[in-house]
Amino acid sequence: MRNAMSYKIVQHVSRWSVLAVFAILLAFPFYWMFITTFKQTADLYTLENNPFKFNLPPTLEHLRLLFGQTKYVTWLENTAIVGAIVVGITLVLALPAAYALTRLTGRWGQRLGIIIFLTYLVPPTLLFIPLSRVVAILGLQDTIWSVVVVYPTFTVPFSIWLLMGFFKSIPRELEDAAMVDGLTRLGAFVRLVVPISLSGILTVVIFTFTLVTQEFVYALTFISTENNQMLGVGVPTFLVRGDVYYWGSLMAACLIASLPIAVLYNLFLDRFIAGFTVGAVK
Amino acid sequence: MAVVETRNLTKVFKEGELGAVNNVNLETREGEFLVFLGPSGSGKTTLLRMIAGLEQPTAGEIRIGSRVVNHLSPRERRIAMVFQSYALYPHLSVYNNIAFPLKAQKVPKDQHRKKVEWAASLLGINLLLNRKPRELSGGERQRVALARAIVREPSVFLLDEPLSNLDAKLRASAREELESFHKRIGTTTIYVTHDQVEAMAMGDRVMVLNKGVVRQLGSPTEVYDRPADTFVATFLGSPPMNLLENGDMIVGFRPEHLLPVELVPRAVINFRLRVKNTEYLGAEWILYGMVTGGKFDGKQVVSRLGSAGSFQANETYEFAVQEEHLHFFDRHTEKRTEPKVLAWQ
Amino acid sequence: MAIGAKIPPEIVGVKQGEVDVARIPWRRTPDGRARLLGVALFSPAVLYLIALIGVPFVLAFVYAFTDVKVGSVTSHYVGLENFRSIIQSPSFRKALGNSFIFTIVSQFLVILGSTILSIALKDKFHGRGFVRFLILLPWVAPISLGAIGWKWILDSLYSVINWVLVALHFYKPYSAPMWLGEPTLAMISVILVHTWRLLPFSTVIMLAGLTAIPKDIPEAAQVDGAGFWRTLFQITIPMMLPIINVAVLFGIIFTFTDMTVVYILTAGGPYDSTQVLPSLAFFTGILGGDLSQGAAISLFLVPILVVISYFMLRMAHGAEIA
Repeated sequence: MRNAMSYKIVQHVSRWSVLAVFAILLAFPFYWMFITTFKQTADLYTLENNPFKFNLPPTLEHLRLLFGQTKYVTWLENTAIVGAIVVGITLVLALPAAYALTRLTGRWGQRLGIIIFLTYLVPPTLLFIPLSRVVAILGLQDTIWSVVVVYPTFTVPFSIWLLMGFFKSIPRELEDAAMVDGLTRLGAFVRLVVPISLSGILTVVIFTFTLVTQEFVYALTFISTENNQMLGVGVPTFLVRGDVYYWGSLMAACLIASLPIAVLYNLFLDRFIAGFTVGAVK
Repeated sequence: MAVVETRNLTKVFKEGELGAVNNVNLETREGEFLVFLGPSGSGKTTLLRMIAGLEQPTAGEIRIGSRVVNHLSPRERRIAMVFQSYALYPHLSVYNNIAFPLKAQKVPKDQHRKKVEWAASLLGINLLLNRKPRELSGGERQRVALARAIVREPSVFLLDEPLSNLDAKLRASAREELESFHKRIGTTTIYVTHDQVEAMAMGDRVMVLNKGVVRQLGSPTEVYDRPADTFVATFLGSPPMNLLENGDMIVGFRPEHLLPVELVPRAVINFRLRVKNTEYLGAEWILYGMVTGGKFDGKQVVSRLGSAGSFQANETYEFAVQEEHLHFFDRHTEKRTEPKVLAWQ
Repeated sequence: MAIGAKIPPEIVGVKQGEVDVARIPWRRTPDGRARLLGVALFSPAVLYLIALIGVPFVLAFVYAFTDVKVGSVTSHYVGLENFRSIIQSPSFRKALGNSFIFTIVSQFLVILGSTILSIALKDKFHGRGFVRFLILLPWVAPISLGAIGWKWILDSLYSVINWVLVALHFYKPYSAPMWLGEPTLAMISVILVHTWRLLPFSTVIMLAGLTAIPKDIPEAAQVDGAGFWRTLFQITIPMMLPIINVAVLFGIIFTFTDMTVVYILTAGGPYDSTQVLPSLAFFTGILGGDLSQGAAISLFLVPILVVISYFMLRMAHGAEIA
């Protein structure tokens, strides 16, 4: 005879144990980054010390090293600049395309949309070899412009797909009403659809930006000088002198880069899912 | 023996606010078709779900077959439920949908086929056993939902507005099927709806609810001809009962009883009506009028007629209501009271 | 076509209502104009993608059949020479095998884990937002940074895991496992990091699928008498299969074509034991300068992509019909 109350308790306990196990396994590396960032080098490299606590008082020396003696800030700047420009390019290309494919092209427009989405599946690890030659020919080798030109190859298909989902959820009648009132199709798009989809567009902006910050292969392939490098490649490559890893600064670099992105991402995730399920379910 | 009984059943969702269900007492009769009727938010679905075991009451007792079941899970209560959306398992065939409760209750496998086919034949869906729910029409899905419910031979059927997802045309025939189904199997059934036509047509008894409180429990004739308060009076019947205030009473009369004076033998109230609008509905006319002169000058009333003869808009005519067709309600409690002699001029 | 659309100006002298539709060139009709506008709007994106995905894609094939190297001015057609030499190379065969092993094992673990996790996350509860934040971290952080974090955790001398193992007396000091230094352990470490990274992504997708199940259905199962486990395995999970499909397809692509984890964690070592196709292509083609061989290696990714695309198209098509 099952008691409703005790069933609830079992439910709570098992749910929380599952969540605790997974949360610890998944978030632990970041906690570890955090501890390593503030531990003195001597503390880090003494095997006998309990690594989970501060045996010596915490320190800011790794942070000072990171910001003072490495090009970390430059990489942050490069990544931010590239991110902003790529977001701009992506919006210019993807917004009209997504609108056209949702509203103006009927069945074969849907097909084209799917094909565009499939290009997202073509991996950088296949294209990077021919693209390295293209980049060299264009003379963009070892500059941030190389990635500015190439990054939209994955941000655009992804954004088109996401935007199509958002546009589909806007009823056609709104644009029809606007056209009856005298706007042209294009006018309806610019003055009506875009403002309504602002939250969807913002979501696309955020996700595009995070895709840029996470990228590794193209930046590694096209850019070699420390000054021009992006965050994702600069940190694992240049914070290593010879075979010696500066773990304190490395972990600081990782932590500082990861957290803001994580916060932004979380804020927009629900909207992302909304756009994505509309697209998939319809 | 009452099949389902509730005593002082209450459900409060938010502390300090009025409950969704407040102190409901009810006793079903064996084999009856009992309808919970009320507008949305009246608590009828919450009440049903508490009986099913899908919601826990805040206070009060629920008994099924004279066992107290408050602490029992739905499966232990021997009830079956048909949801508004039918909730058929989309990935299972009709056969497996119907067999699922048998599997869940660990009925021996060799008995499954017999029982499924019995349930299916009761509803005439034997030919559909291999189909999937998405291949079925709305009416067919209802029948599958019923078969899945009956296959366990429950002591109570609970139905949550099963007709509201069907389109209007289908609803009438589906309703008729439900009624004959109930006659065939005779299981006590509780049926939730907001549609008073369904309630009157199908119910052996109707329980009218508003804001979580039972307003009246009685046969269709009782709730229609002797409504217990103004809510029941206006909720049943379309167009709703006309209500006029007279002193410390509210007097009501149904549109079909407000007739041209020639047709009313023992007229008690006479009105001079200026016709504002008439609607021709095919089988009858609805006439909207405004009282001119006398105590109720300016009040809007509605009349229902077999034929509108020669009624013109903006003309005034003499209408009347018979004594037997008057309902009296206390103005403050809004509850039904004894007729009183009142001044009408 | 919207009501009230204006008559095109070239049809002069015609009163509204007297237009002979058959005589207007289609491209001038509102329908035609809409189509033209549509083409104009998506052309920039399509042209860009053709130029920077389509063309390089073709070039990859071209390079694989030539002898082009970094810095070479001319190139010659060499037939299947590149393919012949890489197939004979043990590094290649190891990389090919590893690509499959890493992908299949990590995907299996990911699906298992994310199904459990999504069910635990399904209902609202206090602190769900924070838990979700924690769980999403591996996916959100840049791949290379997460990998570097793991490199530190698995470090041969200072691994925190080893410290714990030694403290619990499973190992003597200095004899704890060399996670990245021994072939088998290194393979396990790579699989572990891939799983860690993809779990959040997969969980989010599964959650979307779970919340799409109407509330009625588990209630009906409850009324029918099904307990927690029966409902889970016979109702909930079967209804989630389409979304599990989506998660698997994406997961396979993201793992099979990734080179970052291997590059950072082990650089393919020790002795090629953790090499995968994309990282091998990188070492051969970019670091080694042999573009044509590198291209040939990376072409082996294509069959998998084709298979996955086929399944995705089928699902998209099926979703359209249903």
